Amino acid sequence: MTAAEPFATPDGPDVLRVSGLHVGTGRDTLVEDVSFSVGPGERVGLIGESGSGKSLTALAIMGLLADELHASGDVRLRGVDHELLTAGEAERSALRGDTMSMVFQEPMTALNPLMRVERQIAEVLLIHGTRRERAAAAAAARDLLAAVDLPDPERIARRYPHQLSGGQRQRVMLAIALANGPELLICDEPTTALDVTVQAQMLRLIVDGVADRDAALLFISHDLAVVATVCDRVLVMYGGRIVEAGEVRQLLTRPQHPYTQGLLAASDLEAVDALGHLPTIEGSVPPGGRFPDGCVFRNRCPRGDERCTTWPGWTGTERSGYACWYPIGSAHG
Amino acid sequence: MADPMADRSRVPDADTGVDAGPVYEVAGLERSFPQPRTRLLAPSPRIAALAGVSFEVRAGQRFGIVGESGSGKSTLLRCLGGLEPATAGSIRFRGREIVGKRERRLGFLRRDVQLVFQDPMASLDPRMRVRHIVREPLVAQGTPGADARVAEMLEAVGLDPAAAGRFPHQFSGGQRQRIAIARALAVRPSVLLADEPVSALDVSVRAQILNLLADLVQRFELTLVFVSHDLSVVRHVCDTITVMRDGGIVESGPAEQLWERPRQPYTRQLVAAVPTLRRALSGAGPAELVRDAAATAGGDRSAAADEAHDPKDGR
Repeated sequence: MTAAEPFATPDGPDVLRVSGLHVGTGRDTLVEDVSFSVGPGERVGLIGESGSGKSLTALAIMGLLADELHASGDVRLRGVDHELLTAGEAERSALRGDTMSMVFQEPMTALNPLMRVERQIAEVLLIHGTRRERAAAAAAARDLLAAVDLPDPERIARRYPHQLSGGQRQRVMLAIALANGPELLICDEPTTALDVTVQAQMLRLIVDGVADRDAALLFISHDLAVVATVCDRVLVMYGGRIVEAGEVRQLLTRPQHPYTQGLLAASDLEAVDALGHLPTIEGSVPPGGRFPDGCVFRNRCPRGDERCTTWPGWTGTERSGYACWYPIGSAHG
Repeated sequence: MADPMADRSRVPDADTGVDAGPVYEVAGLERSFPQPRTRLLAPSPRIAALAGVSFEVRAGQRFGIVGESGSGKSTLLRCLGGLEPATAGSIRFRGREIVGKRERRLGFLRRDVQLVFQDPMASLDPRMRVRHIVREPLVAQGTPGADARVAEMLEAVGLDPAAAGRFPHQFSGGQRQRIAIARALAVRPSVLLADEPVSALDVSVRAQILNLLADLVQRFELTLVFVSHDLSVVRHVCDTITVMRDGGIVESGPAEQLWERPRQPYTRQLVAAVPTLRRALSGAGPAELVRDAAATAGGDRSAAADEAHDPKDGR
């Protein structure tokens, strides 16, 4: 994706603006030329299978990449007058948990097992100076637990993470993430480990929490149905690239990229052929850094030919477009 | 709680249209685990994973078991496979009792029943080549002609014969699950027990494995018992569905009926809470999912259940 539009000022309408993001190990490129923006109150989904680079994109924005990974490009956050990738650790940790925060897939590893729930929430309030005193922070922590619909917050507050169920832990994570009223909330597969009934409640809390604060949401998932339920707009990632972007309804009903179409067909368990077979995408996702050159999807694509050995470039606008030589609407194939 | 035997005894076998005899007859099955002692002199309390489960699986049936974490569905499958001793009750496999039998008396079960697990990386020995992984059950049961059978099975699950010389870590998740299936089917079992076999897979690969399972079940005339937390997957794979909760059976019935017209409030709630593309496109957000689930259940019971359940890790 090329950054065709001029870069908006930090005070502009977008809460998050990512331009030309690259993440690599030095030898392998894992995320390549990723550009997108998220406006206030907007819920943007990032869809992709394992190895597509969606979590790396999130970690790069948060400044949480592992030491052996390097990110380059331009990441801007509303109200922050410096670029995020080149900022020092002190500047970035001042933003994390305050201006931007993140909910991870596995709350058991994200929460500190040695700290009671109340102290973990209070900590983020004290560190960023939202509350100056321990007692005030503790009271705010209990309010936050109540805000994420945990019954009996007084009792939950005194518990350790291992004493909570998966759904309860994930609500605690959300309470921590929302504590300081972030501009940007990133959720990485927040409900993948949860039961469906608990998942529905968790999704509602995320959507409500973001709406109450007019925050921007970047919601990462491999589950199209979940993303379609939560988000307004979707980015489809494959092989470290954004291959298609668009408004949810349009992208799900009229996909342009063959990968999006394949993913949609494989997700719909109600559509089977005469033999009862589900539509599939040939082959499997290559390991990171082993995607073909040119179009990253070409070795699995039913429409690919020699033209696809060069990267097709981006067609359309940043908000709605695709990267494909032979989009679904075209005559080819 | 619905009578689990209702309806299903009248469901004819899906593939042949004839009512074949039961493969499994389960009656009053209980399995409980001891909890840490709370008092020095009192016996340690026990938690019931299965509390009186009764059902039947007929030959050729594709029998689905759905439930949320902690419902006892995996424990039930492990009991059926003879991997977990039941505390009470009876499991008859083709008329032979397996509860209370010693391990070495379960040879008949091992020959006829094989399992596929959720995480193929954990269930395949990382130090064994694929050839040995697939051959191991054949050797264990003294079946001759193991090498030819290995090649045949790899072909059947859509793997290159060259795969035989490689190690599990050299494969993707979907390919590993194919290896696990090849190993399970190598000894020509008549029953395949699958515990969340596609839950760890990517969407595009999940469809491949589901298609493969459907083909193999038909080709080898298998009886399939399929456990999953995902009602939409079970509905796709199975002809009969049993819904479990808290170690008991909530409702059983033909798959379509259970999905379209669930009788029990809990089943209705489960169906209503599943996000689907179709529902999302008709404008349903998370608030609608929660509302529908709560409305069908006659109150938000799941929040209470979430609270009541002790966390269970390692699932």
